[in-house]
Amino acid sequence: MAEQSIISPENLVYKKTEVMTDRELHYCPGCGHGTAHRMLAEAIDELGIQSETIGVAPVGCSVLAYYYLNVDMQEAAHGRAPAVATGIKRVLPEKYVFTYQGDGDLAAIGTSETIHACNRGENILIVFINNGIYGMTGGQMAPTTLPGMKSSTCPMGRDVKTMGNPLKITELVAQLPGTYYVTRQSVHTPGNARKARRAMKKALEYQKENKGTCLVEVVSNCPSGWKMNPVDSNKWMEENMFPFYPLGDIKVPGKGLVNGGKDGR
Amino acid sequence: MAAKGDIIIDIERCKGCQVCLDACPKDVLEMSKKVNAKGYQYTVKVNSDCTGCANCAIVCPDAVIKVYRVK
Repeated sequence: MAEQSIISPENLVYKKTEVMTDRELHYCPGCGHGTAHRMLAEAIDELGIQSETIGVAPVGCSVLAYYYLNVDMQEAAHGRAPAVATGIKRVLPEKYVFTYQGDGDLAAIGTSETIHACNRGENILIVFINNGIYGMTGGQMAPTTLPGMKSSTCPMGRDVKTMGNPLKITELVAQLPGTYYVTRQSVHTPGNARKARRAMKKALEYQKENKGTCLVEVVSNCPSGWKMNPVDSNKWMEENMFPFYPLGDIKVPGKGLVNGGKDGR
Repeated sequence: MAAKGDIIIDIERCKGCQVCLDACPKDVLEMSKKVNAKGYQYTVKVNSDCTGCANCAIVCPDAVIKVYRVK
């Protein structure tokens, strides 16, 4: 049979990268975390820097990232990953250091650490997963929750008069002189996932040049927190998240802010 | 036309999110009627139009799909 002959080692074109462990992911079905993990792992794999990379895991859904990424990992207190990564990078400047954080971790409790690490221009990569909600604790409102978006602590939708405006932290840190490359990506379609992998690869390459902080935001879904099935949540994300958090580069090396740093392009 | 590509799905790790169904340009994938040991419906290959583009494997959050393509 022709089909039998296709499945042979020399025809293998895609499998799970070695930079991820064999462990089964604990994430909900359809969660973007799994794909984002793998795109980061593939970027590390393509650069061949698995043994020279140190990751810092956050608190949140991705708290167990150290089980899945087959690189040296350190767990940080809630929101403090950029501060821990600063220490690691300063002691071991030849290593590649990244943090992997959600929006509750990076944009809420860790705002100060994030802004100051970016302002100091630490040579680290910050991977920021933005799903507009606190996923792990039960879908509460996060700083990144969209106006009118429902969550378990704003069941009538976010009212900006009483609950404040959503925080575009990626645009915010792009204004700081310490950041070198700031971009916003997503991983819900094959094309977007490939772009996200390229962005993370580029950011890790820049780290070698000691140019400053790189931040890659990944706009992601949260089917459980948003109370949708995974396919609908991806559609909802395209229709509602992307107009507010437009995909594209926000700060590019050599060119500075794209579109005045107002939005991604 | 002879098939160009093929996939192997690790059905016990599939969580039935159906993201791969949308990503497949040839409608090769469908959900099973049965469930796996965890109680999720899983993805199955239903025809031989697969071109080995690996789109399904790239978007699969749990990396359950291995892709083969005749070179």
